[in-house]
Amino acid sequence: MRAGQQEAVTSLGDAPAIEVEGLAKRFGDVTAVDGISFAIRPREIFGFLGPNGAGKTTTINMLTGLARPSTGAIRYFGRDYTRSVKRAQHLMGIVPDESNLYPELDGFENLCFCGALYGMPRAKREARARELLETFGLAAVGPRRFRQYSKGMKRKLTIAAGLMHQPPVLFLDEPTTGIDVASARQIRQLLAGLNRTGTTIFLTTHYIEEAERLCDRIGFIVSGRIVALDTVDSLLQEVKGQHAVELLLGAERAGACEEIQGAFRAVRCQAAGPRLRLTSSEPVSLFPIVRFLDERGVQVFEARVVRQSLEEVFVRVTGIGAEEMRKERERQGAPA
Amino acid sequence: MKTWIAFWHILWKDARTYYLKPPNVSWGLLFPLAWTGMFFIKSGTSLEGIPGLLPGVVAISILFGTTSLLAVTVTFEKRGRSFERLLLAPIPLELLMLAKTAGAILFGVANAFVPVFLAAFLADLTGVRWAILIPGILLIAVVSTFLGLFVAVAVKEVFEAQTLSNFFRFPMIFLCGLFFPIAQLPAWLRPLSYALPLTYGADILQGAVRGANTLPLALDFLLVVVFCGTLFFLTLVNVKRKWIL
Repeated sequence: MRAGQQEAVTSLGDAPAIEVEGLAKRFGDVTAVDGISFAIRPREIFGFLGPNGAGKTTTINMLTGLARPSTGAIRYFGRDYTRSVKRAQHLMGIVPDESNLYPELDGFENLCFCGALYGMPRAKREARARELLETFGLAAVGPRRFRQYSKGMKRKLTIAAGLMHQPPVLFLDEPTTGIDVASARQIRQLLAGLNRTGTTIFLTTHYIEEAERLCDRIGFIVSGRIVALDTVDSLLQEVKGQHAVELLLGAERAGACEEIQGAFRAVRCQAAGPRLRLTSSEPVSLFPIVRFLDERGVQVFEARVVRQSLEEVFVRVTGIGAEEMRKERERQGAPA
Repeated sequence: MKTWIAFWHILWKDARTYYLKPPNVSWGLLFPLAWTGMFFIKSGTSLEGIPGLLPGVVAISILFGTTSLLAVTVTFEKRGRSFERLLLAPIPLELLMLAKTAGAILFGVANAFVPVFLAAFLADLTGVRWAILIPGILLIAVVSTFLGLFVAVAVKEVFEAQTLSNFFRFPMIFLCGLFFPIAQLPAWLRPLSYALPLTYGADILQGAVRGANTLPLALDFLLVVVFCGTLFFLTLVNVKRKWIL
């Protein structure tokens, strides 16, 4: 852990870095977040996963001061900031889902400006900006205007901007969405390294594999409620010993799942459009199922065995296909 | 101290990014020059008549300079979500909004002095009461900027900001007594004139340049300050209601 950050965290004690109790947000008749509670330990990477509209962004907005909670409490390092999260903003770095730096300024100037927003004196912010440009592999493009950066470079600089003032807590909203594989991998490595130096990370992502790889614990939010929250290992216990197969049908078929479950008692079926996901505690025998469907005029185009992963847990918990969620996100034009 | 570092950098960034851009600088020079020339030719007066035109041209230059740019910068940053970055910084909202408006205020003041400098070369300005004119210009710049901020916060798109600004600006020019004395307006329009901040700003300018103010100057100053406070307060309420949900 870096010296400045160590000092900040130590002075704040060993209380949870972020603690949320009964947090709710209502917009008129709509409840976006419905009384959620969780605590994130210092130096933990916490993944916050859920489909679009589940309440992730509203939760982050409440935690960072862009939205006021309807009810509930928000604490950082044991101190209550519910009434004014603004007073806790110096403790957090925030990386939004869009790279929202200033296109007219160059990379170095952008970082220095972000440091100045947190009151960093000139010499300190310039040294920090240079250090971060080096760390993120952007030193060569530091003097280039932000608008000329590639998507991956923009994303990296936006993350670097969130780290300028060495916050003990970092909020990351979809850090790797919409960027190339190499940049995404580099960002994941940087985040893991950052966590090793003592930063608590609150991460939302649509990439479940990313969360599985990076996070210590994961919370699933659906319709404003946390439906599961545990370590990755504990969550995976739920699907241990389970077998899963995914079928792609020629066309969507209403009632296909009910028919399969009626005929094959050991199989549990979930449908998402023309895709069927079959799970069972025993190995799933494909041939009888394909024949069963064929006899009913349903063509099966593709069948694949699904590796048991957090994605399976997600599907079970949320009832939503992870692939569907990712595609939906991409259809919406996921920003860099 | 720390928050002031943020204040100066927001001001400096806005100056660099918006106000000191060549198109805006040239616009800030040309616009007041064009107004001055237009009114001078239209009035058909000799060069001695320039001080009589000065309050109107100065007020219009400030009003258009401040409201036009602020409406664009705030709305543009809100749309691109870079304004969110400012809202997430540990700076009191009041100071943040002052930092965002400081650049526009200075731009408005600079615009105001274009016709003043021009007039200084062409006419005799020895009768001008500078101790009243300068704070008057500053106050008009502040109140116009806060009006522009109020409009910018109330809308989502840049074009909406421009449209709504015009809705305020053009009637204000004709109702504030700069070109038509308020006493000569129809009786039913006069209350509207007295509800406009520029009416009192224009009266300060008339008093400073020609000694022709219709209200006591202290009252003019007080009322413009009240308008500044009210507009700023309403803007903060709007920001909290619309941007911090």
